[in-house]
Amino acid sequence: MNREGRPTQPQVATPHMPKTFTGNRALQVAEALIFETGRNDFTGVDLDPPAPFTPRLGGLERKSAIGLPGLSEPEAMRHYVRLSQKNYAIDLGPYPLGSCTMKHNPRLNEKMARLPGFADIHPLQPVSTVQGALELMEELAGWLLKLTNMQAVALSPKAGAHGEMCGMMAIKAAISARGEAATRKVVLAPESAHGTNPATAAALGFSVRVVPAGPDGLVHPDAVAAALGPDVAAIMLTNPNTCGLFERDIVEIARLVHAAGAYFYCDGANFNAIVGKVRPGDLGVDAMHINLHKTFSTPHGGGGPGSGPVVLSSRLAAFAPVPFLKREGERLTLVENAEGTEAFGRMTAFHGQMGMFVRALAYILSHGADGLAKASEDAVLAANYVRVSLGDVMSAPFGDKICMHEALFDDRWLKDTGITTLDFAKAMIDEGFHPMTIYFPLVVHGAMLIEPTESESLVSLTLFIATLRDLVFSALRGETERFLGAPHYAPRKRLDETAAARKPVLRWTPPQPVKA
Amino acid sequence: MRYLPLSAENREDMLARIGVAAIDDLFADAPRDALLTSPLDLPSRKSELEVERRLSALAGKNVAAGAVPFFVGAGAYKHHVPATVDHLIQRSEFLTSYTPYQPEISQGTLQVLFEFQTQVANLTGMEVANASMYDGSTGAAEAILMAHRVTRRRKALVSGGLHPHYAATARTLSDMAEDEIRILPPDPLASEDLIGALDDSLSCVVVQSPDVFGNPRDLRPLAEACRAKGVLLIAVVTEALALGLIESPGAMGADIVVGEGQSIGNGLNFGGPYLGLFAAREKYLRQMPGRLCGQTVDADGRRGFVLTLSTREQHIRREKATSNICTNSGLCALAFSIHLSLLGETGLKQLALINHANAVALADALEKVPGVKVLNRAFFNEFTLQVQGSAADLVERMAARGVLAGVPVSRLLPGAGLDDLLLVASSEVNTDEDRAVLLDALQAEMRA
Ligand SMILES: Cc1ncc(COP(=O)(O)O)c(C=O)c1O
Repeated sequence: MNREGRPTQPQVATPHMPKTFTGNRALQVAEALIFETGRNDFTGVDLDPPAPFTPRLGGLERKSAIGLPGLSEPEAMRHYVRLSQKNYAIDLGPYPLGSCTMKHNPRLNEKMARLPGFADIHPLQPVSTVQGALELMEELAGWLLKLTNMQAVALSPKAGAHGEMCGMMAIKAAISARGEAATRKVVLAPESAHGTNPATAAALGFSVRVVPAGPDGLVHPDAVAAALGPDVAAIMLTNPNTCGLFERDIVEIARLVHAAGAYFYCDGANFNAIVGKVRPGDLGVDAMHINLHKTFSTPHGGGGPGSGPVVLSSRLAAFAPVPFLKREGERLTLVENAEGTEAFGRMTAFHGQMGMFVRALAYILSHGADGLAKASEDAVLAANYVRVSLGDVMSAPFGDKICMHEALFDDRWLKDTGITTLDFAKAMIDEGFHPMTIYFPLVVHGAMLIEPTESESLVSLTLFIATLRDLVFSALRGETERFLGAPHYAPRKRLDETAAARKPVLRWTPPQPVKA
Repeated sequence: MRYLPLSAENREDMLARIGVAAIDDLFADAPRDALLTSPLDLPSRKSELEVERRLSALAGKNVAAGAVPFFVGAGAYKHHVPATVDHLIQRSEFLTSYTPYQPEISQGTLQVLFEFQTQVANLTGMEVANASMYDGSTGAAEAILMAHRVTRRRKALVSGGLHPHYAATARTLSDMAEDEIRILPPDPLASEDLIGALDDSLSCVVVQSPDVFGNPRDLRPLAEACRAKGVLLIAVVTEALALGLIESPGAMGADIVVGEGQSIGNGLNFGGPYLGLFAAREKYLRQMPGRLCGQTVDADGRRGFVLTLSTREQHIRREKATSNICTNSGLCALAFSIHLSLLGETGLKQLALINHANAVALADALEKVPGVKVLNRAFFNEFTLQVQGSAADLVERMAARGVLAGVPVSRLLPGAGLDDLLLVASSEVNTDEDRAVLLDALQAEMRA
């Protein structure tokens, strides 16, 4: 007690959790939809009506109501802050999603991207008024080319998958230029490939021929040789691959592919493992996208935006799409029209994700060549540390093989426990961790792909490992309630995805009046 | 290095635990002669201050839209965005989360997407909207592919009023996919005969409204003619704000609506990141590209949201997917949704009206300048000005006078013989003084 009689120590332990009136739990507060709380006749932006004038809309004025609620500023602030609190984030804890590279997002980069000289310039204002922006693009391009030892870079693709599209279009253009468009209609890809690879190939009219990987998780030259033929346009190979392994025979594979008259597309989603250590251009790669939102840490933003520049070898450089930069002495210009060039066309309306270019360059300059290599090393170190620290209790599909930036486990160790990979992942949520990537790559049963990244301290890695070990032992002891009902402590219990898909509700609609 | 938490001692301990002597032992599968043993010949690390200096210097070489009288549009528009928007999208939990693959700890992002989809559906007058595409242009190219899947035809007709860079994007994808695409000649006066060009071999017709020259298009007669021939009508909107004032494409009979959402909540950013809006009739849902967020319940029966119908998507369907898109424009969708929920219907309509009023005032004033002519009969916040001589040269000279006057059509359509046309946009950010400066500078140039 203090002098006013206010208790200063907790008195009785509550034997059970009492119900609350609201259903809320202190900082966990329910939040309605804006359509349930907002009013269509209210606005949170102060705008004066214009002076009377005669509209010139050609009689196409909107007649019907739209259905858009408005919120005052305090209501909006609270709505979105409350919603934000129902999200996990890198800034809250480890986010070891394999293949996704959830590394720290430096706030300097956000600050730089918001400089009016970058954030407030228009893609079509005169190039004489955006020389600094073009210089920034040139500088970023220079770094990307040197880090990959490639010939040219197309900056405009909007994300990794768009970069794949761009690289494969360059390949298709090169094949057409050779007059072989009608015959080379097959793209090789391993079964472990990310879904975007076959989807990209198919969108461009190629059929996909699967190359099997060996029992060691690697693609072997003899398997590639067997799949190659005069009908093959390209191979799409991820390196390091989606099992987190460096494709040991990549140079030989590139040689075979080239000898067969095909091209080597490398999915560079995992470039973050080897920046400053290995240059894809030294491995025989013809085209590779770089996910700036992975390797160079532009924030994922709950699903995007990203940026997927594509580096090209000398065999493909000429086909790069518009727009591209051209230096004329002191001055930079943009070539924006494909006519009269060998460019295969255009990927998007403007010049690409400038906001991401600024962030990526800030990240690159901050690290420098030395820091970039160190970041790759630390990422690989952390993944191997996780691998050996869990390898004795969880099963790894490729034994104790050294991995790159991510450690892959399967679900053999869960056999007979009645617990699945999904249950295990959901139990991690209760422990305050974001789960790893699960059920990808598809070649491994019940896959768990852990990518710690270079951003975790040893203290953080140690707790992560200790937690997973505890969960493993718990699973093996048959403590199924910890898993099957998980997560218990998240803002929501497990959600019914089957119901969502069976009868899709994709937008809010006003409640139907109840009949008396 | 300030972003790397491991100490030299940590690294030694970890290597020992792994059981290797040196870091490069972990790179043993890389070809020996490809492994770099010393840093590349590139600058080494820089402090925050040094990076700030370097990038601020580059930013300082650009003329920011907010620093001058600014009338540039053609698919990207300068609007005022409330401070709340940029604050909220920088919340760690929105900024530094991934795609909501674990819905129980992603309800924030998912509820935002559900609200966003509802806003987009209502705004476009459609039944369903997805969780975003990269931008308007890639959305338009994907809409054509979607129409091909729905109709099982593989030929698109594209209006001459579609933004030329959108048309080029669509042409590239169509050519590469070996589909047919017919793009009509540039149509500054909105006089093309789309209905006459329809036939039942077409899967779709793509029309922008307001078109790139600023003309709002009445889609109703075209929609009717399309329906009779089993052709889908794809409506493109590059200035989302126009939907506050002009009849929605859905109400006019469009089957798919794609749009550039940058105008609402998002800055100019030199062209990206932007926000692709994508909406359609529900009967075509299973052919839609992109992510969809749906409502469901959790194990306790409480409402919650999940990504759904992913059997359309690349990670499940691989080569049979409706699109290869994975990462989209999530954070830009959040910005859009916040700005729109602040505006509400009332604010959106008011803002659209102010834009239109400013553009009308500008057009009225320009029509009095000797030597220039407004081509449009109708427009929203952008119109086409015919000038004497080259519009591109004029824009350069105006820039030298400190005014960013618009986009010369020749920049979008070189060699089309439209060198004397200038696209001029005006929004709520333009003051009377901005307008006066533009007029003075233009009058001076026209006299020169
Ligand atoms: C291996 C791999 N390839 C391609 C992609 C596609 O990249 P994005 O999501 O940027 O389109 C991803 C990531 O999602 C990936 O992990």
